[in-house]
Amino acid sequence: MGKGIAITGMGIISAIGNNVEENYRSLVEGKKGISRIVKIDTVHKDALMVGEIDFTNQELEAYLGLDTNNNYSRSALLGAYAARQAVSDAKITDVNSSKTGLVSATTVGGMDKTEQYYYKYFEDKKVQKYIEGHHAGDSTQKIAEQLGIHNSLVTTISTACSSAANAILFGARLLKSGKLDRVIVGGTDGLSKFTLNGFKTLMIQSDTYNTPFDENRKGLNLGEAAAFLVLESDKSVQRENKEVLAYVKGWGNANDAFHQTASSEHGDGATLAMQKALKVGGLKGEEIDYINAHGTATPNNDLSEGRAFLRVFGNGVPDFSSTKGYTGHTLAAAGGVEAVFSVLALRHNVIFPNLNFKNPMKEFHLRPRAELKKRKLNTVLSNSLGFGGNCSTLIFSKEA
Amino acid sequence: MKPVYINSVASISAQSTFDNSVFLEDIAEHTDNVIRAMNPNYKEFIPPAAARRMAKGIKMGVATSKIALKEANLENVDAIITGTGLGCIADSEKFVSKIINDNEEYLTPTSFIQSTHNTVAGQIALGIGCKGYNFTYVHSSISFESALLDAKLQLENDEAQNILVGGVDELADHHIKIHKLVNHIKKDVVNSRDLLESGTKGAVFGEGASFFVLSNEKSETTYAQVLDVTAYNSLPAEELQNGLKSFLHENSLEIEDIDIVVLGNNGDIDYDTYYNLLSQGSLKNTAQVYYKHLCGEFNTASSFGIWMATKMIRTQRIPEAVRLNGIQPSKIGTVLLYNQYRGENHSLVLLRGC
Amino acid sequence: MEALKEELKSKIIEQLNLEDVSVDEIADDDPLFGDGLGLDSIDALELIVMLDKDYGIKLADPKEGKKIFESVGTMADYIAQHKTK
Repeated sequence: MGKGIAITGMGIISAIGNNVEENYRSLVEGKKGISRIVKIDTVHKDALMVGEIDFTNQELEAYLGLDTNNNYSRSALLGAYAARQAVSDAKITDVNSSKTGLVSATTVGGMDKTEQYYYKYFEDKKVQKYIEGHHAGDSTQKIAEQLGIHNSLVTTISTACSSAANAILFGARLLKSGKLDRVIVGGTDGLSKFTLNGFKTLMIQSDTYNTPFDENRKGLNLGEAAAFLVLESDKSVQRENKEVLAYVKGWGNANDAFHQTASSEHGDGATLAMQKALKVGGLKGEEIDYINAHGTATPNNDLSEGRAFLRVFGNGVPDFSSTKGYTGHTLAAAGGVEAVFSVLALRHNVIFPNLNFKNPMKEFHLRPRAELKKRKLNTVLSNSLGFGGNCSTLIFSKEA
Repeated sequence: MKPVYINSVASISAQSTFDNSVFLEDIAEHTDNVIRAMNPNYKEFIPPAAARRMAKGIKMGVATSKIALKEANLENVDAIITGTGLGCIADSEKFVSKIINDNEEYLTPTSFIQSTHNTVAGQIALGIGCKGYNFTYVHSSISFESALLDAKLQLENDEAQNILVGGVDELADHHIKIHKLVNHIKKDVVNSRDLLESGTKGAVFGEGASFFVLSNEKSETTYAQVLDVTAYNSLPAEELQNGLKSFLHENSLEIEDIDIVVLGNNGDIDYDTYYNLLSQGSLKNTAQVYYKHLCGEFNTASSFGIWMATKMIRTQRIPEAVRLNGIQPSKIGTVLLYNQYRGENHSLVLLRGC
Repeated sequence: MEALKEELKSKIIEQLNLEDVSVDEIADDDPLFGDGLGLDSIDALELIVMLDKDYGIKLADPKEGKKIFESVGTMADYIAQHKTK
């Protein structure tokens, strides 16, 4: 089995904080970021709860030093903000000093501007600048520009709710194969009317705080976030004598091939993804200390994922919790957000509580860890499961 | 490292390409600024229960994937990797316009569900019951090349033996209208024969799907070997020739080793300069072909370029309609492809007949 | 009631894009899901919106749809009893 891929920097912005430190504080203090909708002009304001980020677009533009002619979507702004943090956390002064790429992930891309100016484009020339910003790759191009990455491999993944996990997975592959020495990986999704209304048609959004793995769960809260990691090859770590935060030890991707939006009853895809990740990492089930579950709090996901835990770990299901109660489901960013949380768990030897849990589900005896728990952790497994049957698992470890 | 082969090909485009027994024998000429893909009889490929929700892009993707699987004599694969610049944009538009027109009321889920970028890859997996690796890249004009690169790395490392790789993009009404507003689509119609002489801004937009089975085992259906693929988010014009040289050197090749170069010219006076730098510069003594007058410009049009390259290798024939110069190579062995869109997201691909 | 059933049949065909099905091929008691017309959970969500939009009936929980959407007959009965427009 190969060695792990080094993580040397992290950046995040979510409903529970504008940087890694703030996110960590909220996690240990049990402070959730779920509230009524403030920033989006929608008729569903009173019917839904979401995880919104405090910063307005204007504040983010000012932080990034963009002039008023910029055509950044919210996803691009959030992504650039978090990716810059990650690069600075990794103490990279010249991003082009070694072969450095970027793999980002998004589902909404520039949809926030598209839905705002859909008809205005025909009347107002000033807003036409956003036309080019609609496609998903645009946010990634802008993040690359903000990081100063030129003449390099820069790409975008969109596999619904598993997107950022897949960006991390592909980044790991690019380093393993020697295509790159260093790669910034993660995802970004701003909230939009498109996703709020889309999930509403599926009737899987909760009108109150989401309650993962609870018998009476009513569905998910959408959230917005961006989170990025800096991954480096061994060579790059040694050359620059880098501090390593943790390693990406295992990864697995599988498809449920069951239904367009629902997960299979027994969690085939999730089971396969976890098994593959364990195999890639050369780990046995009992070596996993904590699972950061996908746990969206929809009736379907939590049942399917829980059953997959039982299939993979049998009677020895490790401590697990979903952190969606804090951030909401941040779609394409979720895998990145939870990668940052997994590394924080490893670094601080702490299991974050699964908020809002009261009653175990009737289908099985599994109970998420509902209280903060201090415990020595060596390996953390993180799941990201999405529409289109996309299931991904990442395993993070202290040791390579 | 294992070699990587293209063992089957399939394409739906504005040409009659879905029948693999012929290769651009009758060219469909278009006089327009938007050209649509020709539809095969989708009922032959997709059961009606599944087809009823599918927009054209999904149908094109699923149908070409079936053709590619059949030609490779496979019922399933280890992985499905797609590239799409805009995903299922027709469904996205349907949903957005309903949100606005009906003030967020009475919305139904179908167009939302279909609108996600990974719908094509998901539907293919669902159709053939493929529980393997499933990925969708969505990065403008290198969406397909990203998928190709991912597949190549997995096959080289023997993580998979057969991978279905494809590029797909569809046209949609609002998308067309707004791109006419900003002159990304040419203002005036142009005959496909005269595309490169139009002297105007913008491109003729198109749509299509091309799928391939890649394998690390050569078979009797093998078309070509994929030697290398690389992509750059940016590449200043003055660095293009050196970029090409170092790409070739990494593959121990010189310009003289290239039998044909397949260029992504789309007739946009502002951006064809990149191609001209090569065609009038380091590649001026190389046989040159182009294809976007046949299929139109779209984010995954370069997958049509790969399709054309594999067909040229197989048939050892250059269709007259695609020639950019009169140079006739002694054989069609090593083929280089170069593409970019609006000066960004450049890609270089090397194929070799085997 | 008969008129409502006919109306529902054509609405189902149109809304769910059942190209190969005609109104007279759907019997009042044919199961809509599974072995009958072969509808799935996404169709159920489409039908929930139809109830709301055309008949002013709001379902909060998609599970409620299960019994209502058993057949065109059960749908018509439910609509006749609960419609507000």
